[in-house]
Amino acid sequence: MFEFLKSPVLAFQEFIRLSGRAIAGIPRKPYYMDDLFIQMDLIGVGSLPVVILTGFFSGAVMALQMSRALQTYGATSQVGTIVSITLVREMGPVLTALMVAGRNSSGMASEIGSMKVTEQIDAMRALGTDPVMKLVKPRLIATAFVLPLLTILADFVGLIGGWVVACYMLHLTTGQQFWESAWRALQYDDIAQGLVKPFVFAIVLSLVGCHYGMQTTGGTQGVGRATTQAMVVASVSVVVLTFVIGRIFTSL
Amino acid sequence: MAATGNNGIAPVVMAFDEVCFGEGGEQALHNISFDVRRGETLIIHGAAASGKTLILKLALGLLKPTRGRIFLFDRDVTRLAEREWFDMRSRVGVLFQEGGLFDSLSIEENVAYPLLNQRLLHFPEEQVHDRVEQSLEFVELGHTLEKFPSELSGGMRRRVGIARAIVTQPELLLYDSPTAGLDPITANTIMALIVKGRDVRGATTVMVTHRHQDGEILARYRFDERTSTLVPALEDSTHTRYLVLREGSVAFLGSSAEFDASKDPYVTMFASR
Ligand SMILES: Nc1ncnc2c1ncn2[C@@H]1O[C@H](COP(=O)(O)OP(=O)(O)OP(=O)(O)O)[C@@H](O)[C@H]1O
Ligand SMILES: [Mg+2]
Repeated sequence: MFEFLKSPVLAFQEFIRLSGRAIAGIPRKPYYMDDLFIQMDLIGVGSLPVVILTGFFSGAVMALQMSRALQTYGATSQVGTIVSITLVREMGPVLTALMVAGRNSSGMASEIGSMKVTEQIDAMRALGTDPVMKLVKPRLIATAFVLPLLTILADFVGLIGGWVVACYMLHLTTGQQFWESAWRALQYDDIAQGLVKPFVFAIVLSLVGCHYGMQTTGGTQGVGRATTQAMVVASVSVVVLTFVIGRIFTSL
Repeated sequence: MAATGNNGIAPVVMAFDEVCFGEGGEQALHNISFDVRRGETLIIHGAAASGKTLILKLALGLLKPTRGRIFLFDRDVTRLAEREWFDMRSRVGVLFQEGGLFDSLSIEENVAYPLLNQRLLHFPEEQVHDRVEQSLEFVELGHTLEKFPSELSGGMRRRVGIARAIVTQPELLLYDSPTAGLDPITANTIMALIVKGRDVRGATTVMVTHRHQDGEILARYRFDERTSTLVPALEDSTHTRYLVLREGSVAFLGSSAEFDASKDPYVTMFASR
């Protein structure tokens, strides 16, 4: 009767098992430092341009859209407050994670998936390395380390975007007032939320990408399927998780 | 080469006992039983999807059987933990059907991979380069160390795969369809290398193949070190046995003479008659 539930449940079980093994493997040898640095470079440095662009324009667009509403209340001096709160709590973490999901979760799924269908994963196991330690662990650690940093950068660049629009395009406020209100608006739990989110997203993004890669079957066609599924599932998880984490923080 | 003498039987290197794989209607292997003794050569024939690759992957612990027992080097490995499998696998060399070369690594790094990663081997790091070079010379690809797998032809990649399989000088060698998709000339070169790999060190060899010629080369020739060529072997001196699979079941298991004499229409399709 619940036959249709069988395969998603089995897949989720497999995801949990992979996650468990990867996380339990973090403190254990072997470490494969080279792979870790390659992944950090790929995810961190590789994502810089796209994160800077999205960050800048999301801050800019927020200042732009808020300007009319603020003008009707005569509260244009508050533009810094609004831009900084929305960026740090929500837009920075979510947009950065979505970019990394699009670039790296799908990239991990296609890379590991191609290795799976060309029997490189089997070869790895046969030749003495555990693919969870060699492939999944470096990706997990690299993403968990790099995504919060990228988010901080996106937040900062976003504030610059908001400042440019608010002060130089629309002349809503002075630069000093903008930065002061932006800084004052932030409380500890905003910053905590803004850092917990990317950390949690990073774990999910990397594990989802690796999971779909490891589960790939059916040749090159299967790799394409795994890639899309990884990106879709990773992106949806980000949007759902940001709500869940936000809910936890508001009830604290 | 210490194979079965007249008195005394060589130890079992690999054995399957009533092994099944897959559940219910999707069972891919049914009650497979056979054994391979030290110094023997086993040739596995069978139509596409008859379960040949599955047998090799089960023997390496890459998949787990649903029923039955598997022995490797006289040890029951059916329920072995992955950690212990790594020790068992370091005694086996394998060439995968799809090659399984790491395309992000150079040829040298590919061949060095088992030397550096098989924990049980403890291979001294300063000797890795020489051993890799030697192994690539063996397959006549000594000049490709710096290249990447994507820069080589299909036949060359297969040869690199062989170099990687033999580089650790394993006791047991598994080859999955080494000549599939190659022209007859390259296929014969590859087969000559496999015979050489078997006879130079007396490794037990298991080979999956579609081509009856491949089996015949392994059964009827041996490598002569003096002249560096293949020469006809004395009757049954290669200790070759055949396993023919049909839809996941054993259709034939026996010596090379029995294989040649078989009247089964499915089995004869894999023989040269
Ligand atoms: N990991 C697996 N889990 C379940 N079934 C599998 C798995 N791998 C292969 N099979 C199934 O087992 C059957 C035998 O597959 P196998 O790869 O052993 O065929 P083969 O004899 O090597 O064929 P070919 O000559 O085409 O390589 C196929 O029907 C395949 O779908
Ligand atoms: Mg096969």
